[in-house]
Amino acid sequence: MHELGITHEILEIVLRYARRNRVTQVSKVMLEIGELSDLEQEWIQHYFDAISRGSVAEGARIEVKKLPCRFFCPQCGNEFVESMRKDEPLICYGCGSEAVEMISGSEYTVKSMEAT
Amino acid sequence: MREVRLIQIEEDIQADNRKEAEKVRGRLAEAGTFMLNLMSSPGSGKTSLILKTIEAVQSMRTPAIEVAVIEADMDSQVDAETILDAGVPAVQLRTGGFCHVDSYMVSKTLPNLDLGSTDLLILENVGNLICTAQSDTGANSNVMILSVPEGDDKPLKYPLMFRECEALVVNKTDYLQMGDFDMGSLRRRAKKLNPQIEIFEVSCKTGAGVQQWAEWLLGRIGQ
Repeated sequence: MHELGITHEILEIVLRYARRNRVTQVSKVMLEIGELSDLEQEWIQHYFDAISRGSVAEGARIEVKKLPCRFFCPQCGNEFVESMRKDEPLICYGCGSEAVEMISGSEYTVKSMEAT
Repeated sequence: MREVRLIQIEEDIQADNRKEAEKVRGRLAEAGTFMLNLMSSPGSGKTSLILKTIEAVQSMRTPAIEVAVIEADMDSQVDAETILDAGVPAVQLRTGGFCHVDSYMVSKTLPNLDLGSTDLLILENVGNLICTAQSDTGANSNVMILSVPEGDDKPLKYPLMFRECEALVVNKTDYLQMGDFDMGSLRRRAKKLNPQIEIFEVSCKTGAGVQQWAEWLLGRIGQ
């Protein structure tokens, strides 16, 4: 049920932008989803196909770009990528500090779309 | 044939829900009510912890603080009845099969409560560690329960939940002797995801640790 609700929100955003840009057919929708935000492309596509029927977004392909968790180290200014699902301590690759801040990885964004 | 155009959108999928959540927080602030969103797997002891928490916070302050509960359930109202039986105002929020509560559902439920005479409003979210973490309900604080039988590896499987919560209540500590749950591993994994998270070890069965958790909650709501 989770994916269905989310897909409704995605379709709403897509249709809003379609109206604004006088679009007649949406062919592709690009999403950016952070590693921490669970979302399966297959299910989104499945639900999107069902609920977009009869709209300008019918038949559009959903493309999900998964973004990894990125961290910033205030000690040395280093920026790095690390998986949050690994059972290892989170430390800066540059200086070994443990006080690092997550700067991205929980994105949930409709990035863009291709349309005619 | 018209040319294919690339249209930039850059919109957060949950922007509308977040806007509504801010409205909910506005209404709560106006009424002087603090809302706690309690999340966990099914069977981790949400309803038991709510009952223990209410008992504790009410005995710790004079005059007793007023508590009400929103019971979110896919369909049944078993939990709401349990809370009402304990003499606590409770309203049922049926999500109708939906796996989590969002701010629109809370918004529609608020008029069924007497917010003016509620200091603490506890939302018992649907039992689920995935979707619930992704949706802002309009609460002032997110808290999760993890019960010992579920295992100490849950932060690895449901990282977002541990990141979104201010506090983690580890319930059913009376089961610690019976399995291989390692509290040290759990703490390390949870702190990796969320260095600020407060961790309370409680047993709703024996009452151990409930006092410390209730004390933190009272401090958090400014009582």
